[in-house]
Amino acid sequence: MTEAALEIQQLNKIFRSNNQENHVLKNIDFTLKNQEFVSIIGPSGCGKSTLLKIVAGLDTAYEGHVSLNGQKVTGPSKEKGFIFQEHRLFPWATVEGNIAADLSLKDKEVQQRVADMIKLVRLTGFEKAYPKQISGGMSQRVAIARALLRKPDILLLDEPFGALDAFTRNHLQESLLDIWRENKTSMLLVTHDIDEAIFLSNRVIVMDAKPGRIKQIISIDLPFPRNRISPSFQELRTLVINALNHDDQIEDDWSI
Amino acid sequence: MFSSKSFIRTAQGAIIPIIVLILWQTASSLEWISAQLFPPPLTILQSFYEVVVSGELWHHLQISVIRAMSGFVIGGGLGLLFGLIVGLYKRSEQLLDPTIQMLRTVPLLAITPLFILWFGFGELSKILLISMGSFFPMYVNAFLGVRNVDSKLFDVARILEFSRFKQISKVILPGAMPNVLSGVRLSLSASWLCLVVAELMGADKGIGYLIQDARAYMRTDIVFVGICVFAIAGKLTDSFVRLLERKLLAWQDSYRG
Ligand SMILES: Nc1ncnc2c1ncn2[C@@H]1O[C@H](COP(=O)(O)OP(=O)(O)OP(=O)(O)O)[C@@H](O)[C@H]1O
Ligand SMILES: [Mg+2]
Repeated sequence: MTEAALEIQQLNKIFRSNNQENHVLKNIDFTLKNQEFVSIIGPSGCGKSTLLKIVAGLDTAYEGHVSLNGQKVTGPSKEKGFIFQEHRLFPWATVEGNIAADLSLKDKEVQQRVADMIKLVRLTGFEKAYPKQISGGMSQRVAIARALLRKPDILLLDEPFGALDAFTRNHLQESLLDIWRENKTSMLLVTHDIDEAIFLSNRVIVMDAKPGRIKQIISIDLPFPRNRISPSFQELRTLVINALNHDDQIEDDWSI
Repeated sequence: MFSSKSFIRTAQGAIIPIIVLILWQTASSLEWISAQLFPPPLTILQSFYEVVVSGELWHHLQISVIRAMSGFVIGGGLGLLFGLIVGLYKRSEQLLDPTIQMLRTVPLLAITPLFILWFGFGELSKILLISMGSFFPMYVNAFLGVRNVDSKLFDVARILEFSRFKQISKVILPGAMPNVLSGVRLSLSASWLCLVVAELMGADKGIGYLIQDARAYMRTDIVFVGICVFAIAGKLTDSFVRLLERKLLAWQDSYRG
């Protein structure tokens, strides 16, 4: 838990479109330690998704330095698992087919790994179901299993539970913690949900918009499993809300 | 339960045709309409039975099916191939699509005389005509299918580092499948249509010839038999595609009425 997994130094991202410049990310600096769970929270449009895409290697047009395990990020790779807001499963493949994805289920070893993943995300019995036959929460778990099967060093999650109801969301947050503990994967989670950030993370990065920049980084030193209604949880909650609001601009709308 | 439901559905669809047939039968046996031009359904059924038993129908049907299918395989196959390639590679789209779109606007019937001049009345001109007819619907739909694949799923394939081959086999082809299958359906019916044209145009075998020959001898009943055979063949191929769709598109989550 000491060496740096993800290093971002002086990252700047500017979208240019016919002589318009949109400075989306300004001087982003932070280091995510190996096996650390970090959440990013901030107003809509502050560049959270853009940041995550850059880390994933989906967007390589940036200035600055981004490296994973000492290697400069130049494109997407299996070391960087990505979970989108929508599950993005292949509708024509079954649950196990989706988890295996490009690997062949005829391979005994792949079969075993897929079965392990299905057990991990608790979807036993749904191996042969198509995405249309399972719920949104289950689909998101399949997407997580698909990413984990590739043994990523880091899992990048862009509001993965945003579209789910509160009950399912709580359940998946707990599953994510289990998975994190068992797989020892580093996690970088973008969220709108303050409770989710505090419940899950070692550190919460609070961002501000126009241009998108890091406002404050708050360490969450509560032991796991965390209790959402404990006073210390509430204290941190106030801290994060204050960090988000502490600004002269009232128009900041971070709640969607 | 299920079978009785599907029976009711079939029965519902059969009401109108049955009424028409009964009216027709009465009308022509009471000589309200000319039995020469509109032979009563029972006579047609009788003639149908005769050509089946004599083996004549089989003889003609065989050659017709071979023509339609070879035309479909050649034309549909090439259409699929070109549609996928043009859909996959921008470069090939710029190179090929304008020409293909131009050719597509030429009415097929307008170039049949050319085919006859160039290739005569033989099998070649027939199969070429059918191939051409079945090429375009397949091409257009395969192309559309590739272009309709969700780019978000493509991002997933990039993140999971699919090889180019896997991108095509695991993302593009299954994603294009619904369109490809409607291409197959349209292409098959185009090949039956062109078969009729090709056989009426001049042939010495085939269902089209059977119709043409019967017309010459005023055997309207046989003409109707030929028409029925085409209709049945069309229906059968359509059911075949439906079966294929049910098998290959079981994953689809769309409104089914
Ligand atoms: N492909 C693009 N081209 C041009 N501008 C873009 C592009 N993608 C994002 N932007 C701009 O970058 C800014 C940040 O977008 P981004 O999607 O990263 O925000 P976000 O923090 O994820 O917001 P949300 O919380 O609503 O998801 C926005 O102002 C948006 O207009
Ligand atoms: Mg976003």
